[in-house]
Amino acid sequence: MANDVLIPTPLRAYADKQDVVQVEGNTVGELLQNLTAKYLGLKKHLYNEDGRLRSFVNIYLNDDDIRYLDKEATVVRDGDTISIVPSVAGG
Amino acid sequence: MNETKPELNNDEVARYSRHLIMPEVGMDGQLKLKSASVLCIGAGGLGSPVAMYLAAAGVGRIGIVDFDVVDYSNLQRQVIHGTPDVGRPKIDSARDRLNAINPEVTVETHDVALSSENALELLANYDVIVDGTDNFPTRYLVNDACVILGKPNVYGSIFRFEGQASVFATKDGPCYRCLYPEPPPPGLVPSCAEGGVLGILPGVVGTIQATEAVKLIIGVGEPLVNRFMIYDALRMKFRELKLRKDPECPVCGENPTVTELIDYEQFCGITGTGTDDVLLEALDTTVKDLKTRIDRKDEVLVLDVREPQEFQICRIPGSTLIPLNDLPQRLAELEGYKDMVVHCKSGVRSAKAVKLLHEAGFSSAKNLRGGILAWINEIDPSLPKY
Repeated sequence: MANDVLIPTPLRAYADKQDVVQVEGNTVGELLQNLTAKYLGLKKHLYNEDGRLRSFVNIYLNDDDIRYLDKEATVVRDGDTISIVPSVAGG
Repeated sequence: MNETKPELNNDEVARYSRHLIMPEVGMDGQLKLKSASVLCIGAGGLGSPVAMYLAAAGVGRIGIVDFDVVDYSNLQRQVIHGTPDVGRPKIDSARDRLNAINPEVTVETHDVALSSENALELLANYDVIVDGTDNFPTRYLVNDACVILGKPNVYGSIFRFEGQASVFATKDGPCYRCLYPEPPPPGLVPSCAEGGVLGILPGVVGTIQATEAVKLIIGVGEPLVNRFMIYDALRMKFRELKLRKDPECPVCGENPTVTELIDYEQFCGITGTGTDDVLLEALDTTVKDLKTRIDRKDEVLVLDVREPQEFQICRIPGSTLIPLNDLPQRLAELEGYKDMVVHCKSGVRSAKAVKLLHEAGFSSAKNLRGGILAWINEIDPSLPKY
């Protein structure tokens, strides 16, 4: 089973310019690991040197912030959409 | 809001008639707008539609903070300024435009860069704050000042084809730091000047901000609190994500650790010259040097790390294009070049490229200070600037 991961505009350059990528994984963490294994350039934008998710990138399972679910252990079900939502500052 | 009870004159009744006949606004709502004040931080892409619509809607007092001057490259999206305004301070052309739209409205201009020293005093004079700035330090500054003062922060942000909007720092709602506790390190997230922005995008996001400001003032509807709106113009999709107030938020949480304004440049990692910068400076070269070497027919590779769209606009003669993002995979093409000068638009991306090249063993790579903009300014003014 693969889920849609929505790639935001600033990170599309690191995912072959795609806005949606299909990735497999039972949890959000697994899925992001698989995503960054496939697109190496995304890794430093999602994780810091200690391998923790960066605090200026939020991960949503459908419309919920995973920080308020089970974080990276949040279970992903069929049809769930994962969104990467980085901070942007343009005005 | 003001204590003095305002009234509408006959001209104003005619002007606002489409508001007045709606039950959600009506005379009471219009009078609330008239006695309200909004501070627009930035008179750029977002600030333009925000200020224009709020003036048209009859917000009694509109403040604008900006220290910038109108440039040709602003006109594609900053619709409050016109071609004859190029070179004028943005606050001046913004005031003229707002006065033309609605002379009943008081416009207050603040020709300053918002800072930790002036923010609290400035924001305290207004009921609603609209954040239309273009950088992380000012966004955190506006957020913290709004939380400290208890003012709603109507937030909007844009990049390329994607926009974000929310209302932060209301009494029970989250603040910007609940959503993003920390800013990205400098250089990791490109700005609109580096990455571009669809000119219409701030129109959509700014009108969302103006709508939320009006709703907050009138007190109708469901404000964009606890919700984060994301707009993708390419897919023409709006998505709504849930936000929560973080009980551990350093500013608005239960035990706040930030209770006064801090040094936001430092918070965002923008601190003078770090060791990285000093090292990089030694790897700099100037456009004059490069010109001399080209004229001498030295064997030097001029490597342009901008995007193909930018290369199409203007280029240094004889340069080779490899966009920064492609560089790691295309290093083999650079084998055999003894000397290399790397450039981009203004020198930021090329500095990253030079770092990468040195790590990959290309020890001759130098960064062209000021990028192609410096080349145009000092060597070939016939090239178009963008």
